[in-house]
Amino acid sequence: MRRKEEFIEALVRSTLGSFALGVGLLFPLITLLVLLYESFPALRKFGITDFLLGKTWDPVAEVFGALPALAGTLLVTFIASIIALPVSVGIAIFIAELSPKRLKPVFSTAVELLGAIPSIIYGMWGLFVIAPLMADYVEPFLQETLGEVPILGRLFEGAPTGVDSLTASFVLSIMIIPFMSAIVKDAFEMTPPLLKEAGYGLGATKWEVVKNITIPYALPGIVGGMVLSVGRALGETMAVAFLTGNVHQIPLSFLEPLTTITVSIANEFTEADTDIYLSSLYYLALILFVMSFGLLMLAKFMLIERLGRRWGTKNV
Amino acid sequence: MDNSPPLKVEVRNFNFYYGSNHALKDINLPIYENRITAIIGPSGCGKTTLLRSLNRMHDLYPGNRYEGEIILYPDKVNIVSKEVDPIMIRMRIGMVFQKPNPFPKSIYENVAYGLRLKGIKKRSLLDEKVEQALKGAALWEEVRDRLGESAYSLSGGQQQRLCIARAIAPEPEVLLFDEPTSALDPISTSKIEELVVNLKERLTIVIVTHNMQQAARISDYTAFMYMGKLVEFGATEKIFTKPDNQLTEDYITGRFG
Amino acid sequence: MGNEERLKRVILKRKVVNVIMLSLSFLTALYGLIWLFWILIDVVVNGISFLSLDLFLKDPTPPGIEGGGLKHAFIGHFIITGLATLIGVPIGIGAGIFFAEYGRHSRIVKSFRNITDVIVSFPSIVVGTLVYALMVKPAGHFMGISGSVALALLMIPVIAITTDEILKLVPNSLREAGYALGAQRWQVIKDISLSAGKRGILTGVILGVARITGETAPLLFTAFNNNFTTFNPTEPMASLTVTIFQYAMGPYEEWHGQAWASAMILTFGTLLFFILAKVVVHSTRKL
Repeated sequence: MRRKEEFIEALVRSTLGSFALGVGLLFPLITLLVLLYESFPALRKFGITDFLLGKTWDPVAEVFGALPALAGTLLVTFIASIIALPVSVGIAIFIAELSPKRLKPVFSTAVELLGAIPSIIYGMWGLFVIAPLMADYVEPFLQETLGEVPILGRLFEGAPTGVDSLTASFVLSIMIIPFMSAIVKDAFEMTPPLLKEAGYGLGATKWEVVKNITIPYALPGIVGGMVLSVGRALGETMAVAFLTGNVHQIPLSFLEPLTTITVSIANEFTEADTDIYLSSLYYLALILFVMSFGLLMLAKFMLIERLGRRWGTKNV
Repeated sequence: MDNSPPLKVEVRNFNFYYGSNHALKDINLPIYENRITAIIGPSGCGKTTLLRSLNRMHDLYPGNRYEGEIILYPDKVNIVSKEVDPIMIRMRIGMVFQKPNPFPKSIYENVAYGLRLKGIKKRSLLDEKVEQALKGAALWEEVRDRLGESAYSLSGGQQQRLCIARAIAPEPEVLLFDEPTSALDPISTSKIEELVVNLKERLTIVIVTHNMQQAARISDYTAFMYMGKLVEFGATEKIFTKPDNQLTEDYITGRFG
Repeated sequence: MGNEERLKRVILKRKVVNVIMLSLSFLTALYGLIWLFWILIDVVVNGISFLSLDLFLKDPTPPGIEGGGLKHAFIGHFIITGLATLIGVPIGIGAGIFFAEYGRHSRIVKSFRNITDVIVSFPSIVVGTLVYALMVKPAGHFMGISGSVALALLMIPVIAITTDEILKLVPNSLREAGYALGAQRWQVIKDISLSAGKRGILTGVILGVARITGETAPLLFTAFNNNFTTFNPTEPMASLTVTIFQYAMGPYEEWHGQAWASAMILTFGTLLFFILAKVVVHSTRKL
């Protein structure tokens, strides 16, 4: 009897342990190795700097450079995050500090629902609804106003088609707002009430308490949340797949079509007819993997380690 | 009580409700200028609730109701009136909390915060007032060379003195202490007690304490509360030697609490 | 009194700033809600007129010919996500149990757990390329089951992390009571930890399913697509999401309409899962 139970114990332990090992180590490790293996031909042919800085993406001539896709990825992610950050902080302030207690779960759930909508829906809606609005109203307006400003105007040159980095970033920003605001809200809610009372006790207004106490206190959480959201946005595919045009050129204007790493892979993977073409797409995937894994690990470190060290043990 | 000092705050027929809970019942209490008034009583008697009514801290949370008057002299403002701005009240009546709660800012900025809220922007004036406040809180010598450091680099007792400096910097008329030494070691406690006694030269002090010896050591007047009611109020010496009320006597002799 | 006048002005100014900033914060909340409702309304308005029984019951007609449905995509989607759930749930829960019950004091297991937490936000398209290399390439053709594997890989970390978090909430004293009776660890886990945490784990499973039902990118080059209904997971298989992608990008009005109708079903299906998870969490709290 006893021996049977010990046997089960050993069996359960090793099975669950192998699952944990599989998810927590083998899965990312194998992903990395497979990506390295598959991208090896391209890695050997183009090297690292030539690929990263190569501007040409020509499947016919079999010359592949990642710079346009890389630049597109960074540009779209960057603009989307810049738009999403203030909105997310605003929403977090509203939910954590302003909304009446009874409405709080309602607002929280609504924002979470926004985040639960599948990314392909964002992409499709962006293509059919937002892109025409951008092309017909927003972009001509921007060209007539900001476009007339010297230097800055260069950023708004080109035909306003609605399929460009402006629209793609905008739709992506809506997608990351729920995610970012949830993390910022959590960070806000970790601020000890006693600390806020100290502010009110001196006669501060609600906004002053938020600005001078809650935000500084939650800053590591805000920064970590921002990095995490950027890490996520980098790998987002379907929301932008409809909106970039998949043109391998470095976007010099917000109104030019472009591509991102994810969009190139999604559109070209099944069409890649030569080994070097497929290998180059794997190379792009490898770059994406390294970038997002790095950013996500960084965010994780900031959120867990720094929060713990700074607030976990010390008073208040 | 003919030779009693001028009134600073007067609580008149005051009632307080948390939702349907009648937390304070018909309180009448004088608080004299430049004196230390201690409020004692067992846990849950309403002493902290009363203290937090004095600077309208209850306004921060929904479902509270004040009834009656709390008059602030000399201009006879009713602190708990709806027309009175709680921000103005809190700038005149400061507060020090149970646990040290410095802001996540530098030592200097912690003390300067209340001054900035008063609209003081001039650096030289801020410097001067921060120094004064830190001296007033007996902390200046310890921190003068490290004003730019985080407030969290200080020890617990130093942090509490920093919170006192932060509270006195904007020169409030009344300072409320809510069990200010309950989280501190005996040495830090005695430093804070000494500080509180020194502070009464410039302002009026109300202190809630769980520790009867502390009330006896530092206060001029003592109020004893029980179950939301004010049982007895008088000169500290009298309360601790020959109280009028049997309940007060039972409490101070340690028969319950 | 000049001093008091000045102070009053300062306070007034601060209050005006307060009102402005708080209104801005309110507006940002409104901004978030506007997009939610805008998307939902557009999806319904554009999709509802194409919603018909045929959509569920008929295979597609060649482009340009009226009628037809997306039966193949609904069936494919159901099979792919169903298989993914069958693969993903036991592994996810198992890994989560290991993190919470066996790995509490081990640094190595903790770092596995942290990496798993990071993988939750992994680019899903990369998982698609991984499964392509490991399954599709050796087999020589796209397969529904490889789509399921890709989705399962995305689902496992979500379930593992939720399971771990839920089990960590189970008080240790409960477990000790079990050990004190002479139970083995697996018995304590089965009889105490899991029974205390089952609703929370169920939430994790629902959230995991909700996450994968909306995924497109990892299916593009694993399950790929198929214009006909198939029940065989070793063949290429259509899914709702890939079909939406194909139809929305396509040139035909009819396709766009069917894409909107599928988008409507997909959106409300996903949101339903999500709300279901919320309801389960909520009823846990009450217990």
